[in-house]
Amino acid sequence: MKTVRIGTGAGFSGDRIQPAVQLAAEGNLDFLVFECLAERTIALAQLRRLNDPNAGYDPFLTERMTAVLPDCARTGVRIVSNMGAANPLAAGRETARIAKALGLSLKIAVITGDDILEAVRQGHAGPEASALYDHLGNRVISANAYIGAFPIAAALDEGADVVITGRAADPALFMGPLIHSFGWKPQQCELLGRGVLTGHLLECGAQVTGGYFADPGVKDVPALVDVGFPIGEVDETGGVVISKLEGTGGSVSPATVAEQLLYEVHDPTRYYQPDVIADFSKVEIMSVRENVIRLSGASGTKKTGMLKASVGYRDGFQGEGQISYAGPNAVRRAQLAGEIIETRLRRHDGYRDLRIDLIGINSVLGCDLSTGADPYEVRLRCTARADDKALAERVGREVEALYLNGPAGGGGATASTRETVAIAPVLVPETTIELITQWLEAP
Amino acid sequence: MKLREIAHSRTGDKGDKINLSLIAFDRSDYARLRAAITAESVASRFASLAAGPVERFELPQLGAMNFVIHNVHGGGVTRTLAQDAHGKCWSSAFLDMDLPKED
Repeated sequence: MKTVRIGTGAGFSGDRIQPAVQLAAEGNLDFLVFECLAERTIALAQLRRLNDPNAGYDPFLTERMTAVLPDCARTGVRIVSNMGAANPLAAGRETARIAKALGLSLKIAVITGDDILEAVRQGHAGPEASALYDHLGNRVISANAYIGAFPIAAALDEGADVVITGRAADPALFMGPLIHSFGWKPQQCELLGRGVLTGHLLECGAQVTGGYFADPGVKDVPALVDVGFPIGEVDETGGVVISKLEGTGGSVSPATVAEQLLYEVHDPTRYYQPDVIADFSKVEIMSVRENVIRLSGASGTKKTGMLKASVGYRDGFQGEGQISYAGPNAVRRAQLAGEIIETRLRRHDGYRDLRIDLIGINSVLGCDLSTGADPYEVRLRCTARADDKALAERVGREVEALYLNGPAGGGGATASTRETVAIAPVLVPETTIELITQWLEAP
Repeated sequence: MKLREIAHSRTGDKGDKINLSLIAFDRSDYARLRAAITAESVASRFASLAAGPVERFELPQLGAMNFVIHNVHGGGVTRTLAQDAHGKCWSSAFLDMDLPKED
């Protein structure tokens, strides 16, 4: 039976690059997929594009492509990625530039059309999007629909060496190569559901090969320092075997696979995707041998015809300041500093969502779930949102002012302010999007 | 006895919802987990971090359950002021829950 080998080159924008190079060189792959976009990432990319029309694609694209293109060209591995983020065409041009500089001849397909901001503004993106736009108005800066796998497959059909998208659904990046390789059709829901399973397991990179799993003494993972990225070997019936390169660190086990299987899934019988509603509820996980796991039992039902879209909108500025206290009574001094900051900030109108954390005490899970130990050092974190940038910047300035105006012995103050782009999810009819594939050739 | 002694978990986030898997190390412990860890007990555990409600989904063939917690305070990863914007640390707090003794 025909099989296809797909490796994951990245599970998020900031992911490690060396394991991808290793996969490109030694993975005996057909495809290498880089998943680099999250809700938060696309919002930040849209902001970068607004500030610079040539920016807005993945900030690590240049480094990543430069590292993997030579091996991919040599071994014939084709690349699929959503590194286009908010500016896929610019990402394609940059990839072509890198290929040319490396002396490589590549056919690059850029898929656009996920950007539906104009349709949202014109009220052509369905009632949910229209209602949101009526509410937010010109605070809305972006709207991107999650596109499916078929345009990616079509670009591969036409011979693309590299396919670059913007906001595609994460599993679709992996399903594109499967649809291309096996000729699956849009109405073959069971096969598509199995393709989603493969994509979902591979999309987060090392999260299925022992990354984000270790809990020393409880869940040990060998050689996590050199954790390898996953390989999915898929047959034409959609059956999948997950493994990793020999000699890499990490672990592929029923437990690591089960954690990833449910990651970011809500109802396992209805995992909504642009091409199909996948059903993971009957999936079985079987160990073939060490670090080789077979999965079966995924299925799917007809897609809804609606696509999830992320609408990005300006949501003010988040100001933050931090300062440390150490030695005896550190916690009490930090608490006093926090009370002072809160009182000083509350004298101004216009702060929203003010938050005071004691890092090392209650800053992650809150008072109820944090246990009360008294550490020898603690870091105060003060943060608040304001619509006015100067007001947001004042948060950090007030924290720095603790040096001369706060409790004894504070040190290492830092301040930062950033614009917040919030994301609101809406469902839009798939007829809203019109996808266009553009071709760039290098050299 | 703590939950972490017989089960493991990973957090995922989407919008203002968080999901927590709960997977038995040994499938024979699944029935015990299913009886002890309900949507209500999870809602109560995370009451200070989410308004709820909580949904529970069961995957007996994997010895696993999936809990979806709605209305996370702070409104999700892009706008929360929380240090752990994704809520990724929640799984550890989940596994620190006490598991009642078996009869």
